[in-house]
This record gives sequence, structure tokens and C-alpha cells, in this order.
Amino acid sequence: MTEVIRMTAIEKRFPGVHALRSAQFDLRAGEVHALMGENGAGKSTLMKILSGIYAPDGGSIHVNGAEVRIAGPRAAQALGIGIIHQELALMPDLTVAQNIFIGREPRSRWGVLDEAQINRDAEAIFAQMKVPLDPRAEVRRLTIAKQQMVEIAKALSFRSRILIMDEPTAALNEAETDELFAIIRRLKSEGVAVVYISHKMDEIRRISDRVTVMRDGAYVGTVAAADTPIETIIAMMVGRELDQSAAVIPDLSAAPVALEVRGLTRGRMVRDVGFTLRRGEILGFAGLMGAGRTEVARVIFGADPRESGEIVVRGQPRAIRSPRDAVAAGIGYLSEDRKHFGLALGIDVRGNIALTSLERFSDRFGRVDEPALAKVAADYIASLAIRTPSDKQEVRLLSGGNQQKVVIAKWLLRDCDILIFDEPTRGIDVGAKAEIYRLLQSLAEAGKAIIVISSELPEVLRLSHRIAVMCEGRLTGILPGGPGTSQHDIMRLATQRDPAPQDMARQGASA
Amino acid sequence: MTALPAAKPRLLAGGAQQKILAFASLIVLLVFFSLASPNFLQTANILAILQATSVNGVLAIAATLVIITGGIDLSVGTLMTFTAVIAGVVLTFWGLAMPFGIVAAIAAGAGCGFISGSLIARMKIPPFIATLGMMLILKGLSLVISGTKPIYFNDTPSFPQLSTGSLIGAVVPGLPVPNGVVILFLLALAISWVLTRTTLGRYCFALGSNEEAVRLSGVNADGWKVAIYALAGGICGIAGLLIASRLNSAQPALGLGYELDAIAAVVIGGTSLAGGRGSILGTIIGALIMSVLLNGLRILSVAQEWQTVVTGVIIIAAVYADMLRRRRAG
Repeated sequence: MTEVIRMTAIEKRFPGVHALRSAQFDLRAGEVHALMGENGAGKSTLMKILSGIYAPDGGSIHVNGAEVRIAGPRAAQALGIGIIHQELALMPDLTVAQNIFIGREPRSRWGVLDEAQINRDAEAIFAQMKVPLDPRAEVRRLTIAKQQMVEIAKALSFRSRILIMDEPTAALNEAETDELFAIIRRLKSEGVAVVYISHKMDEIRRISDRVTVMRDGAYVGTVAAADTPIETIIAMMVGRELDQSAAVIPDLSAAPVALEVRGLTRGRMVRDVGFTLRRGEILGFAGLMGAGRTEVARVIFGADPRESGEIVVRGQPRAIRSPRDAVAAGIGYLSEDRKHFGLALGIDVRGNIALTSLERFSDRFGRVDEPALAKVAADYIASLAIRTPSDKQEVRLLSGGNQQKVVIAKWLLRDCDILIFDEPTRGIDVGAKAEIYRLLQSLAEAGKAIIVISSELPEVLRLSHRIAVMCEGRLTGILPGGPGTSQHDIMRLATQRDPAPQDMARQGASA
Repeated sequence: MTALPAAKPRLLAGGAQQKILAFASLIVLLVFFSLASPNFLQTANILAILQATSVNGVLAIAATLVIITGGIDLSVGTLMTFTAVIAGVVLTFWGLAMPFGIVAAIAAGAGCGFISGSLIARMKIPPFIATLGMMLILKGLSLVISGTKPIYFNDTPSFPQLSTGSLIGAVVPGLPVPNGVVILFLLALAISWVLTRTTLGRYCFALGSNEEAVRLSGVNADGWKVAIYALAGGICGIAGLLIASRLNSAQPALGLGYELDAIAAVVIGGTSLAGGRGSILGTIIGALIMSVLLNGLRILSVAQEWQTVVTGVIIIAAVYADMLRRRRAG
């Protein structure tokens, strides 16, 4: 098979991140080449370079044997490289055909559009794909799967010989995935080369010829998909971690249950999730991106409505309909994105700590008791070791780790004893991470019940007393923490797709 | 091709529903005021309503273009005044012939739109701020250039004819439709065509729908945005000519507040402030609703203060109706 793409020694840096370190990749005509790696391994970045969205800081790219510089999306299109982004890049208010031909509308000298022409052209492309889609339909009215077909049609309309798909099945159901795979096979038989980024092991086995694994922005290796055991691929993705200090698991069998969740369901992202959490316990939530972990947390916290399921707090079922209800029940949620949801960045440390407890510190005229606030703030600054010149410092000027501590102080002051941490160390440097870990451990020792959602497996292993693993909205298993559990065990559960989870659960219940 | 099912006729698209709602409201208003007062449905009164719509309608067309891209233009009102002053400078101060004044006003409008567009697209200043700044700059410049006094067009006797004369009336004596109204409707047709049939129009909707996607498709998104703001500015120049012609003078203190009326007409007409959807037809209906309402209330001797209150209520009601419909549509 002829080689169509060769990327060598690709370098890319973003402020504070070395995203690609001498990454490499090659692609042959008529193959489906899977690109795998953990979150943040650099897969998407590498493909954005290939499709002209990012400029590489170093390395070379050959297309059909000739070295090229890909200056922008247009240049990539001209080279026959089409990309289907993870977040679909469509204009929902335009029709299917208008989306496909955006920027290349056939037109007369005065810029007059030929709508009939693009509808005919789009129809021809769909006929070739054997997908029945009306070019005149408004894109916002299509399902995600159909929108994906529009993206593919758009890529094909450039006569793309190279098609990059970034997690195309993330939002598709089983039948839709089958439909997509049928199209990919057809394209493959016509000699189109496909780069397939995915986390899902079974899909990789079904659709791809070769697998390239990346880790921490670097190339790990390329293997044939058919005769490489999944274990080997997982080992390549995870690699050897230096920091293996595992959690010390306390005996919590006598501790009271702080939170029990049963049959929690919301759409596709949260399907029949159930678990218990005891006082003093740290329950880790592991899974790949889009597995539904954050969604579970948001439903428990009342930020999203639940379709069914029960939330029992300290033995009492609670009807949590809003974050307000959750806070009243003593549940605090420390969101993944502190800057957007957790902190008022322009306000000082004292104000942020007091933010959810202001009513307690104000009299009936709404006057705030500043001296009392100052005392409480000083207490937390001391007990959590928040490094700030004073409690009047604006929070945006603190480091990530110290911002996180301010959020923790806020919830502790609000008497929350069930704390959900969503990616507690994202964007925090290594030294501060260890400090956050110690803080979480001491909170647990003090009897708080803690959920930690993390995409970093070493972090999950280091912190958790038990590890809940999710895949596609389902809880695929709860593993014990400690040295007995390996990253492999977690990855196996995190990629364990189940075609009919609901039915099996029901059978199990009735048996 | 046989694999494809026949293209199904599309049910009323979202925008069409809102347009029909707006049109129905207009009819209801017309019927209501006709029954309430015998003076309402007189030819002279209808022509007065249309004449009153012409300036706001033209400004609203300009605002529609910008709002469809997901932007906003707060400077349309004072830009109108600025272009009127420019016409005054060319025609009265310099004493040039009328065509020069027309071209100068439109060019000045397009130039200012080009600047606003560049601030927004190239310097990434949010449209609200950039055009708020332009609004104040142009208000100030209008006063500076005119010496804070009105500029009268006494040297150009045909100038008032531009808006208040009637070419149609000259041909059909019984139908003295003012030229200003004819200009509004011709412009509406032209811009409607531009929006639905040309590249520029397509990019208006595309930018408002998902600007990032437009960029990722390799389109020169910034360049088109500048072009759209420039076109809107040029249209404000036409509004400037219409109002100057109607008043037979460029009134430099005028203009503030017109942008809000224009945006109100756009919103009542069903164009989404979030961008991506909207139409000129809707905007014209919106502008007509506003003038019919004001005219009708005046005929019913409702105090002017209350007319303003009613306009505010109508705007909120129109947008709320749109929200309800959207929520139902999911």
C-alpha cells in the first residue's frame, strides 16, 4: 500500500505545556489507522497540525511523498485532507448543502449563489455515500449521527483522500455507530485513508488495520490491530508510572453511610448509576472523557435534573432539584472548571470563602459582619495553608492550588460534609498536587465523605479507598483501592462497552 | 440517485413562524385601529404611516444584517445623522450638485461601517463596545462638523423631493406614495435578495450560526464581517439622506435613540439576537408594527408618554412569544 502521510519529529508547545514531543505518524492509502492514548496524550493536537489548524513548532510533514507546509484549513483541503472535529463544526441554521459547500459556493461574478447547484452536488455525494439525507434540511433539525454524515460529506466534497475522525462515535448509539462503520468501510474500499481517534477498544478492533499509541505527547509505537491483544495496547497507553505510592485504605465497615445513590439516570450520559459512600471514605471516579462522571456529579448536586433514581443522604431520601437543595443536604461540588463555576475571580479571598454562607454573617438588614468574616477567613487560611498575602487578595492572583483551597474552604464553611471534587488538580503544578492530595486525605480522616473524579489514573490510585469506573454513562465496576488494583484493571473497565446494559441489569435483578 | 427519497417539502421553518406571528399582529393592529377610529384607514394616514416607517425601516435593515451575524450595531442612529451632516457639507457648504451629496453620504456611511467592522473583526473588540464607541464618536463629530447648528439645504431645492416627493404620484395621480417609502421597499427587496442569494448573505447567517465553523472551513471570516458592517454603514447613509431630505436639513443633535427603535423593529420581526436567523421581510413588518402602533395610539389621543410604554411592552411580548415557540420546538 502506498504511503500518503508521514509526520516526523513533530513538536508543539502551548504556554506551559509541551503538547507534542517528537511525535510521529504515518498513514497508507485504504487503511483505517487508529490513534490512541489517554486524555491529553496529544492525539487531537497532532491531527489539528495535520489539518492546518495548528502550526507545528518543529518536524516535517510529507503528503504523497512530498514535504509540505500546511498553512491553514484551506491548504489542508487542497492537499485532500479532511477532518471531522470532535465538536462538530457545523452551522446549525444553514441547510445541509449550504454547510457542505460553505466557502466554496458556486457563484457568478457578482457573488450570486446557485442554490440548485449545491443541492444537486450534495445529493450526488449522499448518493455515493448511500446515505439518504435531504440537502435542503436545516442542520439543527438533524440527529448528531446525521450531522456527522454531513461532516463526512463535507470532507468528501473536497475529494479528500485522507479523512481524520476525532472520536466520531462519542455521541452515537450502537445502530448509528454501525451505520458510520459501514460508510468508513466503503470509503476504505475506495482507497481513502482514515485516521480514527477513539478511546473505545472494541471499536478499534472492529474497524482499524493499525493502531498507533501516543503518551504524554510522544510516540509510543504502532501495532497491527488484528493480532495485538488489548492488554498490550492498554499497557502502551498507560506506560510505567514512577509515582506508585498507593492509598492507605482505612477500615470503614463501621462508618455510617453518608450518601447512597440508586438507579440514577439522565439521558445517555448517566445510566442506572448506583453506589454508596461512607463517612471518611474517598471514592474515586475513573473513566475516559465523556464517560459520564461529571454528569453523575451534576445530577447528584441538582445542577441537572434526573430522570429517575434516588439520592439518600445520611439515611434519608432527599428530593434534590437544585444546587440549593444539595447544599442544604450538605453536599458540596467543586467543579472541574474553577474559574467558571467555583470562584468569583475578581473578589478577594475572604469574599469567596463567605460566598455561600453570607446569610449567616449578615443581620436582618443585610449588613455583613466583616470582623466575624475576617476571623473565619483567617482560620481557614491557616488550617488549609492557603498561601495569600492577606484575605483581601483577589482570588485571580492566587496560584491554581491555592484557588482550589479557597473553594474547599467555601464548602467547609457551608457545613458540607459530602464533597465532590471534579478534577481537583487540573491545571495545578506537581508540588501543589501533593498538597491537595494530603488535604483531601485529612478531610477524609476528619470524617468527610469524598468523591474524587479524575482523568489521571495515578491520581485515582493514589487517593481512592474504592474506585468506581464508568464507561458510556454506566458504572462498569467498583474496584478496591490500594496496591491490588492496577491501571490496567481500571482501563479494562473504562473501555468495557456493553451493548444492552439496561436489559442485563433488569435480568440480573429479576433472577 | 434512486437511493434518495424525494425531498420533503419543509414545514414552516422557525423564522417563518415568527414572521407569520408578526404579520398576524400587524393585521390585528390594523383592524383594531380601523374599528376604533374612522380616521385611521384614510389614504393620507396610511401614507403618513409609511412615510414615518421609511427612516426607521432603512436603519432596521442595516441592523438586521449585523444582528444576523450575531453582532450588534449601536451606531446606526448617530451614523445616520453623521451622513446627513456630510451631505449638508457637500451640498450646502461646498455647493456641489445633488449626486455628489448622495454619493458622499453613502460612502461616509460605508467608511464608518468599515471602521466598526475592522474594530470588531480584526481588533476583536466586542461589537457592543466598538459600536457604542462609534455611536458617541459620530454624535460628537456631527456636532463638530456642523458647528452644532442645523445645515439647511436651501441651495439644493430638489433635495426634499428625494424623500417627500412622489414619482409614483406623478404617474398615477391618485397614489401619491412618497419616494422615501419607495426607496425603503426597493432597498428591502435588494437586501433581501443579497441575504438569500449571495455569498455575503450566506456568510451573514453562517457567521451568526457558528463563527468557529466558518473559520475552520477556511473562509476569510474576518474579511466578510468587515464587508457586512460596511454594507450596513452604507445603508445608514441612505437613511441619513432620507431624514435630511424630509427635514430639509441636517439636524446634528438628532440620532440618539434611533438605534434602539431599529433594533426593536428587527427583534419584533423575528430576527434572533443570538444570530444565525432572521429576515428583511420580518424586519419590515416589525418596523410597520411600530409605526402603526404609534400612529394609531396618537389618533386615539393616547398621550405620547404612554405610547413609549406600549412600545416597550410590545418588544418584550414579541421576544417572549419567540422564546415560547422556541422552547416548544425544543
